[in-house]
Amino acid sequence: MSELITTDVLVIGAGLAGERAAISAAAEGNDVVILSLVPPRRSHSCAAQGGMQAALGNCNKGAGDSEELHWLDTVKGSDWGCDQEVARIFADTAPVAMREMAHHGVPWTRVKGGPADYFIKGKKVTLEEPRENEGLIMHRDFGGVSRWRTCYTADGTGHTVLYAMDNMVIELGISVHDRMEAIALIHDGEKCHGAVVRCLRTGELKNYVAKATVIATGGFGRVYKYSTNAIINQGTGQSIALDTGLVPLGNMEAVQFHPTGIVPTDILVTEGCRGDGGLLLDVDEYRFMPDYEPDKQELASRDVVSRRMTEHIQKGKGVPSPDGEHLWLDLRHLGEDHLRTKLREVYDICMYFLGVNPIKELVPVRPTQHYSMGGIRVNKDGHAYGLKGLWSVGESACWDMHGMNRLGGNSLAETVVAGMFCGQRMGQWAKAQTHEVDKALADKALNAQHERISSLISGGIGEANENVDELLIAAQEILQDKVGIFRKGEELEQAVVELREIYRRSGNLKMRSAFKGANPELAAAIRLPGMLKLALCVAKGALLRTESRGGHSREDYPERNDRDWLKRTLARWPIGADEPDISYEPVGLLESPPGQRGYGGAENIAMEQSVEDYNATVESEWIKQGWHPTATPLGTELKEMVEYASTKKS
Amino acid sequence: MARQLTLRIFRYDPLDPESKPCFVDYEMEETPRLNLFVALHRIRENQAPDLQFDFVCRAGVCGSCGMMINGRPTLACRTLTAELPELITLAPMPAFKLIGDLSVDTGTWFRGMSERVESWIHTQKEFDPTAEEERMDDETAEKIYELDRCIECGCCVAGCATANIREDFLGATALNRIGRFMIDPRDERSSEDWFELVSTDEGVFGCMGLMGCDDVCPKELPLLDVFAYMRRRMSQVAAGKAKPDAGTSLPVIS
Ligand SMILES: Cc1cc2nc3c(=O)[nH]c(=O)nc-3n(C[C@H](O)[C@H](O)[C@H](O)COP(=O)(O)OP(=O)(O)OC[C@H]3O[C@@H](n4cnc5c(N)ncnc54)[C@H](O)[C@@H]3O)c2cc1C
Ligand code: SF4
Ligand code: SF4
Ligand code: FES
Repeated sequence: MSELITTDVLVIGAGLAGERAAISAAAEGNDVVILSLVPPRRSHSCAAQGGMQAALGNCNKGAGDSEELHWLDTVKGSDWGCDQEVARIFADTAPVAMREMAHHGVPWTRVKGGPADYFIKGKKVTLEEPRENEGLIMHRDFGGVSRWRTCYTADGTGHTVLYAMDNMVIELGISVHDRMEAIALIHDGEKCHGAVVRCLRTGELKNYVAKATVIATGGFGRVYKYSTNAIINQGTGQSIALDTGLVPLGNMEAVQFHPTGIVPTDILVTEGCRGDGGLLLDVDEYRFMPDYEPDKQELASRDVVSRRMTEHIQKGKGVPSPDGEHLWLDLRHLGEDHLRTKLREVYDICMYFLGVNPIKELVPVRPTQHYSMGGIRVNKDGHAYGLKGLWSVGESACWDMHGMNRLGGNSLAETVVAGMFCGQRMGQWAKAQTHEVDKALADKALNAQHERISSLISGGIGEANENVDELLIAAQEILQDKVGIFRKGEELEQAVVELREIYRRSGNLKMRSAFKGANPELAAAIRLPGMLKLALCVAKGALLRTESRGGHSREDYPERNDRDWLKRTLARWPIGADEPDISYEPVGLLESPPGQRGYGGAENIAMEQSVEDYNATVESEWIKQGWHPTATPLGTELKEMVEYASTKKS
Repeated sequence: MARQLTLRIFRYDPLDPESKPCFVDYEMEETPRLNLFVALHRIRENQAPDLQFDFVCRAGVCGSCGMMINGRPTLACRTLTAELPELITLAPMPAFKLIGDLSVDTGTWFRGMSERVESWIHTQKEFDPTAEEERMDDETAEKIYELDRCIECGCCVAGCATANIREDFLGATALNRIGRFMIDPRDERSSEDWFELVSTDEGVFGCMGLMGCDDVCPKELPLLDVFAYMRRRMSQVAAGKAKPDAGTSLPVIS
């Protein structure tokens, strides 16, 4: 009855992660179709300004850099919450990924040999850039790193990398179906067979059947009231995975707040502003960060800077404004030249959206929801737990190199690295599968969606007395107020109760407009229950995690607790349930035992188990959670543990 | 006192046989720093839940929200109502296929453009994952970035008289894209290849040079300089004067 499109690999999402995965899958000889809500180049990846991390060590302050140091910074940044093997894969592959993008046209900012002026820790310094590296990729400083390793194109990094990537997709002739939204997965309880897709031009439903389905739909920041994310970042990819009842989402409570969203409008100005020497000032125009973080100052990791800013505002040092209290970002000393070339987007944003000229004036900023560390839990190959043939890469995934906090510049780099690495593993896996097109199964999935939509447009569902926008706004406010930068048990409990009630009410939606086509109200109504489910996963995960780690900070449990919480939260949503089921697994094999970050200043409760004992449980605990065996044994990519795979007892 | 604004919005659903193109007025009170992203969402929330328009980044970087604002194509998300009179007329950009109301299909158009100009680095070199990146001086990188900044918003196409009457005209964005690869030393296309691509009526010679495009480009791309550079190089090729290595010479971009 319905139209059915068959392909080897279906990639849902045309941002950097999805497109890079599609290229890898095509290189393995698969037919690939990419879906996207919007034309690929409008994906949120285009908005990334600052840059991407890779240990190339080309500039003066990058000298002596290595994959090892990048890995260690990443593990520290994650507050030891990450999968260290995945962080290895990432740090080892990132340099090749940057060079590959250079080969395909990214005009990276380059090293200019000779003396150059910088602002470091509030002071102007002149450094000698190595002449022998003239013309190689340049780096800027970023938060939480031991060397300058952020590769960048002025402040249009995401834009130039995404354009180069999409150029590759076009050159390879890979089809992208834009304005198409995956609204459900087709699966038989064991294996994923593709997705039910709604056309945002016409409202029609279509089935896309594939051997491998990849979710690369980016973050879900729009469940918060104030977010730097694009308005399409509503987490539909994560929620259709959750809807299966089989696939868990990892660490959903790990939400990143970026120190410099502008006030109002919440548009991001990049960490590169502080990397290039920008300072944070309070109501007295006093530079407060060195008092809290004498070593890293403005460039501690994001979770730490955001918390310090919030603390400082709570001490009465915020700048009052009709849009709430904020602090100042001072860029004036960087000079017109720098602001109009290397930070040009920032300059434009300040001028157009605030009417503030950063060359002469201070920029109002405050910590704003920015990044989702959590997402679809996958193994190191990108294969989702619980359902064969489902994969995920990029911000939508919890591959888990970020643990409880990701470093700036690491996520854009992750998209390309995971796209390369997992894309290849996925492509090889798909190549080895035979096509089983079960039309009845696909039709059944489509009919279920058809029925849901029909009842929405013919009078509404349930008691038909609730409005889509109102429910969404209410949920966004709850997360903002009660599951923010600092969290408390009591408030989290209220958040869970209130969100559960809103979720219940979303069963009674009524539409105000009643046509089927590209109706935006209908699109929002279709997405709403999924967004509420994600909000509940965030709130409940945060309530149950009684420690502070990375971006998750509990006022009632201020210490990081490695004895009880060296764990990853997994949230599943059983079919028909009214809240998620939460369980836990070990974070992964430990090569670096939990230690001090050297910034942030919190206390730790030490691990009691030995690292060996901890590591011995990892694989069996993961298997219980639906982990799929990987192309290479667990631990192969770890440096100290190359032997682990061969010596471990089964 | 706050101004009372009237947003006069083009409404039409091409999929609905009963829908007729028309303008509908929506009234609202102006609030401080109101931009059209917020204003249109308010209308959708309170008055017309089915109103179609496109925003993604709402920060002036993704190119989704080009529309005709009082007759001029520009980005709605970064247009403040304070810069406009009380009557604000909004219409979809011409030259693109209408999806509904203010939403047009720029995605298909731009993919087609990229295919036509073969918007990728043409090189015989294979990527070598073990080698260091090919060097490029920073000035060259900056010049390429300058032209790579196009966000495919389509404003230059909507504002171009030629593109509005000739469907096959490449438009300023395409000429800019060609310029971007022409100045990129990694691209091995020869002057003759470029000549074939641009020296037709669909290319640079079809352009009437009135620079409607340069005026409206929200990213202030130096379209004028790019066109001048291309004309110069193409007339050199035509006169047989192009040197084989001309691909590396750069336009003067202010
Ligand atoms: C303002 C901003 C600046 C940033 N700057 C940096 C930076 O400097 N450095 C850094 O490392 N990181 C940065 N980040 C983070 C980084 O940009 C993102 O994590 C990354 O771009 C995500 O890429 P992605 O490919 O996973 O997803 P996205 O680029 O978000 O792409 C998601 C894709 O999925 C599609 N999609 C979504 N849902 C569906 C569906 N249901 N059906 C079909 N398609 C769907 C969308 O259309 C889109 O094509 C920044 C983030 C923000 C918000
Ligand atoms: S100069 Fe005029 S004719 Fe030529 S592309 Fe620009 S607007 Fe169109
Ligand atoms: S050249 Fe300018 S106006 Fe034209 S599409 Fe690009 S950014 Fe938009
Ligand atoms: S919404 Fe992205 S440019 Fe306007």
